[in-house]
Formats: sequence, structure tokens, C-alpha cells
Amino acid sequence: MNRIKEHPILGVYEKSKTVKFIFDGKEMEGYEGEPIAVALKAAGVMIHRYTKKEHKPRGIFCAIGRCTDCVMIVDGRPNVRTCITPLTDGMKIQTQYGVSAKEGTV
Amino acid sequence: MMKRYDLIIVGAGPSGLSAAIEAAKRGLSVIVFDENEKPGGQLFKQIHKFFGSKEHKAKIRGFKIGQELLEEADRAGVRVELNATVIGMYQEKEISVQMKEEIRHYKGDTIIIATGAAENMVTFDGWTLPGVIGAGAAQTLMNLHGVKPGQKIIMLGSGNVGLVVSFQLMQSGCEVVGLVDAAPKIGGYGVHAAKLARCGVPFYLSHTIIKAEGQDYVTGVVICEVDSSFKPILGTEKHIDADTICMAVGLSPMSQLLKMAGCEMEDNPKRGGQVPIIDEYGETSIPGVYAVGDVSGIEEASSAMIEGRMAGVCAADFLGFRNDKEEALTKLKKDLDVLRQGMFAPGNRGKVLKTTEEGFPVSYNLLQKGYIADGEVENYPGVTRKNGIHPVIECSQNIPCNPCQDACSKKCIKIGEKITSLPAINEEAECSGCGMCVASCSGQAIFLVNESYEEGYATVTLPYEFLPLPPKGERGFALDRSGKNCCKAEIVDVRLIAAFDQTVLLTMKVPVDMAMTARFFKANEKEGLFI
Repeated sequence: MNRIKEHPILGVYEKSKTVKFIFDGKEMEGYEGEPIAVALKAAGVMIHRYTKKEHKPRGIFCAIGRCTDCVMIVDGRPNVRTCITPLTDGMKIQTQYGVSAKEGTV
Repeated sequence: MMKRYDLIIVGAGPSGLSAAIEAAKRGLSVIVFDENEKPGGQLFKQIHKFFGSKEHKAKIRGFKIGQELLEEADRAGVRVELNATVIGMYQEKEISVQMKEEIRHYKGDTIIIATGAAENMVTFDGWTLPGVIGAGAAQTLMNLHGVKPGQKIIMLGSGNVGLVVSFQLMQSGCEVVGLVDAAPKIGGYGVHAAKLARCGVPFYLSHTIIKAEGQDYVTGVVICEVDSSFKPILGTEKHIDADTICMAVGLSPMSQLLKMAGCEMEDNPKRGGQVPIIDEYGETSIPGVYAVGDVSGIEEASSAMIEGRMAGVCAADFLGFRNDKEEALTKLKKDLDVLRQGMFAPGNRGKVLKTTEEGFPVSYNLLQKGYIADGEVENYPGVTRKNGIHPVIECSQNIPCNPCQDACSKKCIKIGEKITSLPAINEEAECSGCGMCVASCSGQAIFLVNESYEEGYATVTLPYEFLPLPPKGERGFALDRSGKNCCKAEIVDVRLIAAFDQTVLLTMKVPVDMAMTARFFKANEKEGLFI
């Protein structure tokens, strides 16, 4: 529902093939090569991580790789800036707690 | 071993690419580093038509200017290294570049820094919640990737970025529930504000956001009035439903590399913060090191491209390549000076202007509410009344922009030599109703009015850049400049030709007494038609 079907100026967006990825154990779909954060946004995911000390939620903020608010665990690797990391088929994406995954989910 | 180039450019945005083109054309070996996956900087997120004159590529949409620039760079043989972050700049014009897991070192005989700017933020209770984003993020999501940043959006900041991005959000199908600014007047161009106001977007000036509501993400926002020293006034709090708060509160130059290399810097609020001290062509205190575009002082893409070209020419001259500096710079300097004129010129920042250059009164309604009031609109030279179809140009601020003059083959519109002058109607000329002026106006401030359409009815032709398009015969309402429903209306013509460049011309029939009031069309409520 967040995808724009047709834009008055840009027309229909050129997208590559659909790929599947796993977000916190749930299968989702996105377009290959688009930023992970875009695929998550399209799927309605708002929270990318919780801060270490105060456990406050964080999501997309600058969307150009500058602020690091949107970092998540991607294929087991923490602190990946999801707004500038391209989505690939079968990627495993996890909400980040502090600098690691939730205990017992790795 | 350290690789050497005649010219190293940091940043492949509008200014960096422009610099690279001029230098490569003059025979320099040039490399451009950019940390992003794609070149073009922020240009590909700009889907509106640019202001200026033909020399500045006026009335062309930003992303198309970006495509042209990339093609030109390609033809000139410019090499752009992407996913390459310059992490250090040292004495003797040496730099370190991070590419993936590797760090490489390069030396340039000249260096041009074109790193652009980063967005400013303001903090308030809840500002770190998911759903609070930068205006740049909104543009990235919707214009590059085709995803809506939210459904109900509140914009903080009424400068040109806030105004333009708000309009783009609506074009993407989002609802903009309000535009908030602590300043008592709108910061950006009046014509950009007027596009929002006539769609019904409320402006909350002398207001600020004090709280983003929500536990896990934004579910609403609390705004309140501020006094003349920008302090919140207790008791004026107001809740607005929103799922996204978008911040457009200015930009700061990303000048760290220049500072690191030892360039003389200054803190200059008029240029956006920490900036290098440069001469009129962008040369810093270190000979052969230049700064262009937003990193040298916040402006916009049109001037950034000219600054880039000037520095490219200077770098070539510095190294003793082609000797055409004087000639090339004279032309570029003239183009740049033109852009720095008018009410929004850098020299006018912070000034309160009461009249235009011609002496017409400034519209305070426009500055405070986002639209020119009915009684005021006929103050301006572009607004006249006559029998038959004719253009009505609601352009009331001196902005360097003149495509409307060239668009009219019948010579109905006159701006003259000084491109900041308000367009005036030449009453002798006969309008053919072609609509080229309507589509050419980057501010969407031109309408065609025909008060003698048929007995008791007039037509108003307006620029329309939304979907879905109402078909001919569609009935609905006309909205006035403030976005209020003012009368019934029926679409009698829908025009789109290639020369309009995606700006559709809608012609609506309204009661004749509404000809100078009705400025937007809203279809009767039905599913899927919400604008």
C-alpha cells in the first residue's frame, strides 16, 4: 500500500525482479537492488532497531546513508545501513537491539 | 603506489560533474569520487521544473537536467568512481578514499571539493521516533524508489525545500496536513506556497512542533504558537493527526575535508555555517583547491552547476591547459550574477521588503497564508481583464525566471531584459489560448481565463500535475486560492502535449463571476479520486 502505482510526472517506476527476503523470521517481498529500507517501508515496517541504553525505537531518518538511524542486522552482520544497502534474494534481515540481534533469534 | 591526476573532484552532484566536464573538455585527466551508488547528487530527486532562463535550463525538470549532465560528462570522457568515500584530505593535495574494505591514496595537481550539504534538524519531544524524517529522505523514498514516505504528513519548514517537497508528497498521493514554520512569514517562493494553498494545505506560521506523539512510531503531532523570540506560547497547543513528520529546516555545508586540508574557514550563517573562504571563482586559501556548490555556501542546483564550471575552467588554467579562462569565466559569471538577483537573492536574506523592484506592494497574505487575496491579485502587471481568452499571471515576487516570455509566440507576455521583473501583459497582443505559458511556468502561477466562454460562464485553464486526471465532462468543485470550495465546476478540456512536459492543462467551466477566483479543481468525492 506504500508503493506508488503511477506517478503524474515519473509514470510507472522501473523496478527489477521481485525477490523474497526474511524479516525477523517472516517472509516478505521486495525488488532486487532497491535499498533494504525501501522494501521494508513498502511492507509497512517502521522500526529498524532499538537503542542500547534506553531501548527506544529508530527507523528511517535521512535515507542517504548519513545518519545511521536505520541500521539493522543483515545476514548476521550488525550495523548495516539499510537505506543504502541493496536488497538481494534470500536476504535475512533482523531488528537490531543495541548492536546485536534479540537473544535466541540468531 | 599513489595514483596521480591533474584534477580530483570529490562529489558527483551538479557542481562536481559540471566542474569535471569543463576540465575534461580542456584536456585534464580528471577523476570524480562519490560515496553514492549513482552519480547526480540530489538532482535525480528533483521532479519540478527549474527556475531561471534558458541559459540555466529553466522549465526543465531537475532529473532531466541530471540526465543531460551525465550524458555531457560521458561525452567529455569524465571518469566517475562510485561507492568511493573520500575520508581524508591532506597537505600537498593528497586524499584517502575508502572503496569497500580497501583504502586507496591519490594525489591531484588540483582538487575541487563539491561535497554538498547535509540536512539540519530541530529537536522536540519524540523527534527520534520512526516516522520523523528529513525532507531529503521523503524525496529519496518517493521520487527515486516509488514508495510513499507516509499517508498523512506534516512539514516543518516553509523554505523552498519544504514547499517543493510538500507538493511532491501530494503528487505521490500523500496527504499534507499542514506546513509549520516558526518564522512569521513563508521563507520560500510565494508561487510554490500558492500551489499548496489552493489545494487546501493549511500554513501554520509562527508555530513550531513541540511533540511527536506515539510509542513505537509517529501517530500525531502537537504544534503550538511561538512568540516573536520563537518561544512556545503556553496554552496554544494543538493536536494534528499525522503518521509522518518531515523536516525541511535548512542545510549545512559538508566542509570537513576542506577544514582538514587546512583551508581557511569561516562561520558564516548567511552561507549556511562552516564554509571555506573562497574567491569569486571558488578558489580556497590553498592555491589549486576549489570549493563549489552547497559546500561553499548554501544555494541551489542551478548556481551550483555554474560554480562547478567556473572552477573547472580555473583548474585548467592553473595547470596551464587551454588559455580561454577570461572568455569562459565572463560568460559564466554573467549567468551566475543573474541567478543571484531579486527578492530572494543572497544579499536580501533577512530583509523585510515592502514593495517589488517595480514598486508594486508585496502581498502579506501570500507571505502569511500562502496565497494572494482576491482584492490584491489585480495589483500585479500580469493580471489584467479582457474579452476572450487571455493569460492571468499571478507572479508577485521578483524571482530570476523568464520562460513564460519565451513561451508565448504571440508576444502577450513581457518581462524584458531584467529577468527578475514581474511578467506584464502586453494588451495589444492577441492570446491564441495555446497554453504554452501555463505549462512553462515553473511556479504554476499562470492561468488562462475566458470570461466570455458562454452566457453566464467563464473558463479557467490551470496547470495540473496530479493523478488521477479528471476526464472531460467530470463535474466537481472549483477551489479558490485559499483552497476553499467556491463554486461548482465542470471539466471542458484536458490537454497534454509533449511540449507541456507532463504538466496537464485542465480547463474548467465556472460561473462568470468566479473567473478571477476559481484556481483549482476537485472532483466530486468518489472512490480513488481524492485530490
